[in-house]
Amino acid sequence: MSSMDFGALVKDDRVHTALYKDPAIFDEEMERIFKNTWVWVGHDSEVPSANTFKKSFVGNQPVIVTRDKGGVIRTLLNRCRHRAASVCEKKKGKQSVFVCPYHGWSYDIDGGLRKVPYADGYPEGLDREEFGLIRLRTETYQGMIFATFKEDIEPLVEFLGPARKWMDLFMKQGAGFGVKVLGEHRFRFPGNWKIQLENTTDAYHFPIVHKTFLDSLDAETENIFDVIGSGGWVEDLGHGHSVMVMIPDLIDLEDNLDAAIPDRFAELAEELRAEGHDEAAVRRIVRAVGGTGFNLNLFPNVACSMAFFRVLRPVGVTETEIQHVAIGMGDANNTPSPAGNRARLRLHEHFQGPMGFGTPDDAEGWERVQRGARAGDDLWIMLNRGSEAPAGRPQPGHNAGDASSEVGMRAAYQQWKRMMTA
Amino acid sequence: MSTLIMTDPATGAAITLEEATRFIWAEADLLDRLDYKPWLPLWTANGRYTIPVEHDADDFDNQLNIAHDDAVMREARVKRLLSGFSMSAAPPARTVRTISRFVVTEQEADAIKLRAAMVLVEYKYERTRVLAGDVTYRLLREGGDIKLDRKVVRLANCDDFLHGIGYLL
Repeated sequence: MSSMDFGALVKDDRVHTALYKDPAIFDEEMERIFKNTWVWVGHDSEVPSANTFKKSFVGNQPVIVTRDKGGVIRTLLNRCRHRAASVCEKKKGKQSVFVCPYHGWSYDIDGGLRKVPYADGYPEGLDREEFGLIRLRTETYQGMIFATFKEDIEPLVEFLGPARKWMDLFMKQGAGFGVKVLGEHRFRFPGNWKIQLENTTDAYHFPIVHKTFLDSLDAETENIFDVIGSGGWVEDLGHGHSVMVMIPDLIDLEDNLDAAIPDRFAELAEELRAEGHDEAAVRRIVRAVGGTGFNLNLFPNVACSMAFFRVLRPVGVTETEIQHVAIGMGDANNTPSPAGNRARLRLHEHFQGPMGFGTPDDAEGWERVQRGARAGDDLWIMLNRGSEAPAGRPQPGHNAGDASSEVGMRAAYQQWKRMMTA
Repeated sequence: MSTLIMTDPATGAAITLEEATRFIWAEADLLDRLDYKPWLPLWTANGRYTIPVEHDADDFDNQLNIAHDDAVMREARVKRLLSGFSMSAAPPARTVRTISRFVVTEQEADAIKLRAAMVLVEYKYERTRVLAGDVTYRLLREGGDIKLDRKVVRLANCDDFLHGIGYLL
């Protein structure tokens, strides 16, 4: 399929259903998008010290994210340079050497080839420089680690652009103690990755799909989650990124710290005082415990979603894997508030994961999209909600429009179009 | 290591393996029939229903779980699954589960701990999925009734990807 054809499949207010189901388009996406942009591979708390590593993916290619003795974080293709066996099958851990199980080639944590058994079988010698694990360019911002196959891509900070401000705000949920990964839920759904990409910037579905989650909340919290028509908005941040503000009061978690602690957090506040936190810290932790009032959607594979990282991985044209990464306060060596992190874990479990009160309904909804997309030969996916600002309001964007606008999806698909036709 | 402790039927107080398996099979039957309301009073007031993410997890309070329900969360979960408004549970998947390979791991005067194997087949739409797990139970005799005090379901693939689960394990 030529570039021209891809361009015709994305219009300003709709995209063609072929984007969800054509295997040829999927293969091209893996090349043109996932090998030509910054892809999230982890958080620096997952590789907290020398010789630590975690497995991850860039698109559909398996990688290992490592930290060497000098503190440098690298992304290495998880493939022996001899005959391709994966050199690491542990999810995460600490070790200074990866040994290929097949013929015993070993690699340092930085990817350099270390030793080859029976090396005299290579009479000409082996060029160690040539046969290290393949390294991908890797950069970080606010502890979030991104890697790319595209050596000459713009620096990560430029790619993120105005999204950086929202990442800065998001990390304030560390309540001054930093942010660390506490665990993750992983699940798959039989549907295309872009169905999930859209969802993180879709407030419209929330009261419908998540009615049973809302019904399980106390009245005050339920009111806070009543996000449509409550002053939120969606903003195109460039490069396919967007932010959906659902709860404007919770954009900056360092604001309003003088406000009274709500009754529903009184018990937590007592636990925090018992841990020895002063009143200022108690207020910071309580205000941050539920995360921020926005979802930051970073094209193509990660979102800072209220209180967790949402990571997507395309597995096949109709199969996608999602991680919901729970985050809490502190770092690898320090948990300043076990009670605060327990509260965050329980909130995460309440909504997220294969048996959360939210995620299974999302997953079912996305599966239904894929099932329905089999019908019709030339039908389009509509993304035109909130194209026009309500009467008397500025155009959708910063502080205008509504949280249920589909402007974030339009932003993502315009980036898709740019990359697929480049 | 575990020991299968045979209870002297003459004492009457201890929960026998036979009583325990009868209870566990009755619970499994309720769950497969989606008869969730009578499931709630099977529990002790402080009972915990836990499905961990990490296979070797034991500090459930301080780790991320798939579910870690106290009485309030169990009640909310059942309400949600039966509400008719959760699309992952309405229509519900059909499930058929079997629980066997019981091993008694601890016996107290009025309580018993067991572990068992669970194999569950789920059907919905055009697909059939299998979930397998090790389940540990702590059953208590409370008044005249046997109650569920702890249930931990360690799925064989708990630390790998799962799919949405719109029913109780």
